[in-house]
Order: sequence, then C-alpha cells, then structure tokens
Amino acid sequence: MTRRIRIALFYGVLTVVGLFMLLPFLWSLSTSLKPDDEIIALPIKWLPSSITFEHYWSAFTTVPFARHFANSMLLAVAGVVTNLMLGSLAGYAFARLPFRGSRVLFRLLLGSMMVPAVVTLVPSFIIVRSMPLVGGNDLTGQGGVGLLNTYWAVILPGAVGAFSVFMMRQFFLALPKDLGEAARVDGCPEFRIFWKIYLPLCRPALATLAVFTFVAGWNGFLWPLIVLNDPDMNTIQMSLAAFSFNKQTDYGPLMAGSIVAMAPTLLLFAFAQRYLTRGLAFTGSGLQ
Amino acid sequence: MTRTLAGPPAVGRASPGHAKQRRSRMSRHQARAGVLFATPPMVLFLIFTVLPVAGALGLSFTSYDVFTPPQWTGLQNYARLLEDATFFTTLKNILLYCAMFVPVMIAASLLLAVALNSRLPAMSVFRTIYYIPVVTSPVAAATVWTWMLNSHYGPINEILGFFGIPGPAWVGDSSTAMVSIVLVTLWQGVGSNMLIYLAGLQNIPTHLYEAAALDGAGRWATFAHVTWPQLRLTTLFVTTLSLIGAFQLFDQAYVMTKGGPGNSTLTPVYQIYETAFNRLQMGYASAQAFTLFLIIVAVTVINMRINRSDET
Repeated sequence: MTRRIRIALFYGVLTVVGLFMLLPFLWSLSTSLKPDDEIIALPIKWLPSSITFEHYWSAFTTVPFARHFANSMLLAVAGVVTNLMLGSLAGYAFARLPFRGSRVLFRLLLGSMMVPAVVTLVPSFIIVRSMPLVGGNDLTGQGGVGLLNTYWAVILPGAVGAFSVFMMRQFFLALPKDLGEAARVDGCPEFRIFWKIYLPLCRPALATLAVFTFVAGWNGFLWPLIVLNDPDMNTIQMSLAAFSFNKQTDYGPLMAGSIVAMAPTLLLFAFAQRYLTRGLAFTGSGLQ
Repeated sequence: MTRTLAGPPAVGRASPGHAKQRRSRMSRHQARAGVLFATPPMVLFLIFTVLPVAGALGLSFTSYDVFTPPQWTGLQNYARLLEDATFFTTLKNILLYCAMFVPVMIAASLLLAVALNSRLPAMSVFRTIYYIPVVTSPVAAATVWTWMLNSHYGPINEILGFFGIPGPAWVGDSSTAMVSIVLVTLWQGVGSNMLIYLAGLQNIPTHLYEAAALDGAGRWATFAHVTWPQLRLTTLFVTTLSLIGAFQLFDQAYVMTKGGPGNSTLTPVYQIYETAFNRLQMGYASAQAFTLFLIIVAVTVINMRINRSDET
C-alpha cells in the first residue's frame, strides 16, 4: 500500500513539474485568444470565455510580421542546407580522406567550439562589413557597408558550424571503412563514393543535424540584431523583441506574436523529437 | 586516422610491388579529394571563426569607430576598463547570476534525470515535456514569462497567492529582477542538461548497483557512493557548458529588463553590445569581450580543478 502511495506521489510531482514547463505555452495561448477586457481582469481568467483571433490579426498588421517570419524561415532553412552540405563534406574528409594538415585543422575546429561566441562578435561584424567588392565596398573592403543588411550576413558566418563538422565526422568514422573500397579500386570518383555510398547511410545523423541547426537558426537573436538593421530584413525574433519594447502592455498581440515565433520549432520538435533527443545524448556522451 | 600520406598501409605488406604502388597512388588521390572536400567549409571557418578570434585581441589595443581606420592605443582600453564602474557592475551581476543559476541547474537536471531513469511507465512522456522549453525561442519565452510574472495580472503571483505567499514585483524590482531571469533560464535549459544526465546514468554499469545492493546500501548510500561519483565527467561537462552559457547571458536580459531596473540585470554581453553597436567603440568593446573571455577561461579551469579534486 505504501508503495502504491509513493508511486502516486512520484507521478504527482512529475505532473506538477510538467505543468510548470507547459504553463508559459498554455498561458500565452490563452491570452492570445482572449477578448481585451479579459486579459487584464481580476481575479485572473484562466480561460477565455469566447475565442477571438483579433490579436493575431493585429500582430500581423501593426508590424510586417509576415515578412519577418519569411526572413527567419529563409535564414533557418539556408542554415540547415549549408550545414548539412558543408558539414558532411568536411566531416567525410576528416574521417576518411586524410590530407596534409588535416589533423591540425581538425584540432583547430574542435578548439573553436570552446571559444565563447561573444569573443568573435565585434570582429565578425567588422569582417562582414568589410567584405571587398560588395555593398559599395572597394577592393580593400572600405567605403560601403559590405554584407550588412543582406541575408548573407547571417548565412555565411553560420554556414558551417564546428559542431556540424564534428558530428558528421564522428558518424562517418563509425561506418565501416571497406564499404567504399571496392568502388575505389574500380576507379569510382571520391565524390560519388561519398554521395552514393556513405551519405545515404547518414540519414539519422543528417536528420538530427537538420533539426539542431533549424532550431538554432530560427531562435538566433543577437547576431541578426547586429547585422540586420533594415526593418525589412528583421527576423521574427527581432520583430518580437522590438514589439515587446514598444508596446509593453499590449499583451494580446504580444502573446499572439510569441505563439507565432515559437510555433515552427515546436512543430518541428513534435515531428522529429527522437532525432533531437538522440543528438543531444550523442553530444553528451561524445565528450566523455 | 592512422593512415598517413606517405606510408603504405600495413595490409599491403605481403602484396607485390605494383599493388603497393597502386595503394599509395590511391591514397594520394584520396588526399587530393580530401583537400577538395574540406576547402569550402574550411575557408568559411577561417574567415568567420579563426580570423575573428585573432582579430578580437588585436582590436582590443585600438580605438575604432568603424568609419575611420583603427588607431593603435596600446593598453589604453584595458586601463579604462579598470576604472569602468559599469563594467564591474556587470561582472558582479553575472557572478550573482551564475551563483544562483549553475547550482540549481545541476541539482534540478540531475534530480529530474534520476527520477525519469526509473523503469515506471510513461517516463518518455515526461522527458518530452521537460525538453520542450529547450527548443522554444528564448525571445518569445522571455516575452511570455514577463507577462507571466506580471505582479497584478500574471498567473505566477496568482498561484503564489493561492498558497498565501505574497508575490514580489519580479522584473520590476531590482532585488528580484535577476531571480526572474534565473527562473526563466532554468525553465529553458533544464531539459537539455537532464538529457545529458540521463545518458550519463545509462552508462553506469549495472554491476556496480548490484554490488551496492549486495553490500546492503540504501538508496542514499547508493546515490552517494555509486551514482554521483560515476557521473563525475557528466557533471563536469554540464557545469562547464552551463558556466560558459551563463556568462554570456543576453537575450533574456535584453527582452525582460533591458538591463534594469537600475543596471541590476545589466550583463557583460549586454554592455559589450551597447559599447560596440550603440556607441560604436569597437576597440573598447573588444577589450571588454576579451577580458570576459579570460574570466570565462579562468572560471572554467577552476571548475575543472574542483571536479578533479573530487576524484580522490
């Protein structure tokens, strides 16, 4: 009997923690659907008495939220594509095609994962701004604004994370070495071996990496805040932060905007959670 | 990994000369392909990671406003830093934040991991729920939490009131603003560390638990003498990650409090952001960033020492 009570108590505690984790989603959803007078009401109304979508409408009409949503989507998807492509190419080279200096380069890559992002913030901005021959710049990178306020300012610096290369390398190392041997002896080009034999076996790793990079790209805030100043180029996170700064008490549209800004990664998580949790466990055990 | 450019692989030892030759031609061929594969990503890596790291130190010795070329000022930025009261405020704030955030983070994520490691049904459901905040946009989550912590109309104070606890003003009061940020970042981050701990728990050999059970060890003794020591590396990993992340706190401070009230939640990264991109003092911001980097390295090394001395 006492064991049964203990188990019930255990589930009770887990459920309370779970409600705490879910409360922000439930509360923002509820607020976003409430009529105005019920948002600021005492005592608190937990659920709307009638559902309205006006706050979503006003979130999308007071700021170019749709445009910012599209910007974020484009940047996040571009980040996924480049990281999968370049990460697996470099990962394969480091795992299976050793070349002069590849070990040193790989160590450098690993070491860079330890460098806090804040260190590179200012110099990266200057590099993006000083790209030669773009954005009005001359050959020495002076005179214009370089890649600032273009999608490239976010895409290029994030195109291949050290983590992407590291993760793909680990995965290629785990695949049997002699898979490509026969094709290699037959004179098959290395890229075909990579593309036709090894890459298809990497689907789980690629899926994990895709989810990871999408989440990171979609949620990224500080870097886009620095390099994308043109209002048309803003990401949805910047848009939401500006909105919450300018209209602090406009809770209805603010919560509607938050729901929209949270939705894509949550939906992705709902569909691909096994890849995410697997990848995270991999990072944890990979460093032991 | 062991194969080098020049040396033929050991398997080719018994085969005749021309096979050996073909082998080495093939590995040269592979090396060329490797260079080809690795060049595009590595060029980007050099431009956007290696170059900025090197540049960060160099810039910190200059005065640079983006519009005129940088001027060498030697150690001036660092001298200024020593007299910058705001910089010390941000350091004090972030240390306070770390002191609250990291221990609670370790305790909470380990506790949840141990709980969810039990063999009862539905554990994966809870694991999923606890992980959801990790993938949630920090900016949106901070926006929602600011509203949740609203002292009059927010649900948190309503719930506290139900238990007879008078709710504080949270982000509106300089004494609780940082606690609010701790709360939000814990909510957001606990799920990922919980997963790392779960992976660590699953790596503990079961025979250790069997031995402990044979010795008649109770639940607490087993935890103290088997689980905790076995998770030493996991704990080191989690504390290191948490510390590096915590020292770079920005999103939540920017969205929830704008560094206020009265600079009580101004963080180093926030100050670096303002110095560089609002006041356009790139050189001084680099000195701030580099100093913060050194502090992070120092704290990480101390943290490793502490964890290593636990070993004995």
